[in-house]
Amino acid sequence: MNKILLGALALSFTTGVLMAQDTLRLITWKGYVPAELKEKFEKETGIELKITYSNNEEMIAKLRATRGGGFDLAQPSQDRISFVQKKFPIYQPIDYAKVNTAQLIPSMLDAVKKNTAVDGKGYAVPMCYGTTGLIINKKEAPEAGDWSDLWNPKYTGKISYRLKRPLLIGAAFGMGEDPFSLYGDKAAYEKLIEKVTKKLIDSKKMVKNYWTSGDTQKANITSGDVVVQSGWDGIGWQLHKANADIDFVAPKSGALGWIDTYAIPKKSKNIEGAYKFINFMLKPENAAFFTNKEGYGTASLGAEKFLNDEIKANFARSFSKADIDNIKWHPPVPAGFEEIESKALERIKAAN
Amino acid sequence: MQDNKKAFYFLLIPVLLWLVMLIILPHVDLFFSSFKPNSGEDTYTLENYLIFFQDKIYWSTFLYTTAYAIGVTLLAFIVSFPVAFYLVKVISPKHAAFLMLMLLIPLWIGELVTIYGWVILLGDKGAINESLIFLGIIDTPITMLYTNFSMIIGLLYMSMLFMIIPIMTTLESLDDAQIEAASDLGASKFTIFKSIVIPHSMPGIINGSIIVFMLVIGDYLAPNILGGKSSLWFTEQIYNQFLSTFNWNQGAAFGFLLLIISSATIWAALRLSGQKLEKVEN
Repeated sequence: MNKILLGALALSFTTGVLMAQDTLRLITWKGYVPAELKEKFEKETGIELKITYSNNEEMIAKLRATRGGGFDLAQPSQDRISFVQKKFPIYQPIDYAKVNTAQLIPSMLDAVKKNTAVDGKGYAVPMCYGTTGLIINKKEAPEAGDWSDLWNPKYTGKISYRLKRPLLIGAAFGMGEDPFSLYGDKAAYEKLIEKVTKKLIDSKKMVKNYWTSGDTQKANITSGDVVVQSGWDGIGWQLHKANADIDFVAPKSGALGWIDTYAIPKKSKNIEGAYKFINFMLKPENAAFFTNKEGYGTASLGAEKFLNDEIKANFARSFSKADIDNIKWHPPVPAGFEEIESKALERIKAAN
Repeated sequence: MQDNKKAFYFLLIPVLLWLVMLIILPHVDLFFSSFKPNSGEDTYTLENYLIFFQDKIYWSTFLYTTAYAIGVTLLAFIVSFPVAFYLVKVISPKHAAFLMLMLLIPLWIGELVTIYGWVILLGDKGAINESLIFLGIIDTPITMLYTNFSMIIGLLYMSMLFMIIPIMTTLESLDDAQIEAASDLGASKFTIFKSIVIPHSMPGIINGSIIVFMLVIGDYLAPNILGGKSSLWFTEQIYNQFLSTFNWNQGAAFGFLLLIISSATIWAALRLSGQKLEKVEN
């Protein structure tokens, strides 16, 4: 009897130790690890995935609080890495020799390397990309198609957007300005944001609500209460599948392009596992599975031939050649800019 | 006796650990960081606090939040008092216990879930609008969700119980004979209410008001999830300082300002109403 107990105890101890070595704690966005891929990865490598869902702001705050610990792999957007890394070192440089770079789109890899560089070292590997633009009910608002339609009196009471920094930037483009060109000039940028703030406060009465969660966003437009709203392409295409009247539209003055990446926190306890996971997710068939399911573009080279027709049709429908050339890719955010934007957003929300 | 003392110290340890490690230490840390500049320099400055008074957006949001918190506290009193009176004085204790249990249930579920419950109820296609349309009372849905109305409902719902219980406690000690005597002497219902019931339950009312006011002014979920496009709560600004601008020092200063100013508001209210905190505690 005692022997059995002892055996069971020993077994539970050893499995406990094995578990600690063979887990990968990932902090990521909702939808970035489809359940099927999680299962496949765990089967292939024996590493158990522990996933925490988050967003850019929370990811940075959590990693800052632990000084880069608590997670083995993170997925920040590429424009939110270098300034954070300079101020609070929470990531470690990527060893690109361990990444299977042959399965990555070279131009995207180079851009991410350059944009996340601190002291000459890159801090991230691209995973997927997408754009922020407009989700429109084309039956009710067939002519809408630019950021400036977010303050078009024609759609009064049927407008909604997410009151976050991409909105300020999109609105600036909609006013004929180029906010990204002012990233080097803080005073001029502040002035521009001031102008945008005034515009959005003046037009606030036209807005139905500011959506804060995907659920509100989807409910807004599917119920017909809102006909013009800000949103990501992947969500717009998901909605299109259910209701052909609704679709993602790239704004005339430029959709905002983002790239989400893999970055390894400074105190990662499973660096090998992190690289294994990166290489697994960017394998063409796995990357294509992700894109087919979630709708976001992938940084994986060669995933295209695994994509289904519906996904290809989405891109073709929403982006003409000119739209693609006009995508405004987010450059790295300079330090201190988010303070200006945050205050502007608060002023807009507090206004009546 | 000796053993008792040992047990006392032994049991004190977890309480002290809890207090020191989870409450006092983080607050001390926040307190010091609230006096440091965001640049990371190792100096002390009052700037984080001064900004609150210099920038209109901060103090006006604070005033807005305080005004709403006072309003909700008042509403909570108006709604809760009849409930408490009914539970203590009108129905039998057996039924009262059952109803009390029903009141407690939302507390077990947690604030987030109950708030999402309100989202389902109040939405344009929610339960309330759908049934009103079904009954033919209205044709088009009334916009209730994402307005100040839905925010107040959420705040009220989550804090009401904390008003009911203290009032019930004081009402229980009110002798029915006193009400009967007043009635026999020809006092109207209103007079009885004004001169006997309310003064007697005053400590409970004050006690409940303090709890409700503090809960509401420091709440984050209800204004954020149920609030409309203009309901900027002060807690949201603290959140923004920590999460959007990464200025933890500023956020810490705002946190302390919230603590200090809301405590001062309560102190002022106690002075104005002629109540004493010691009396409330008894």
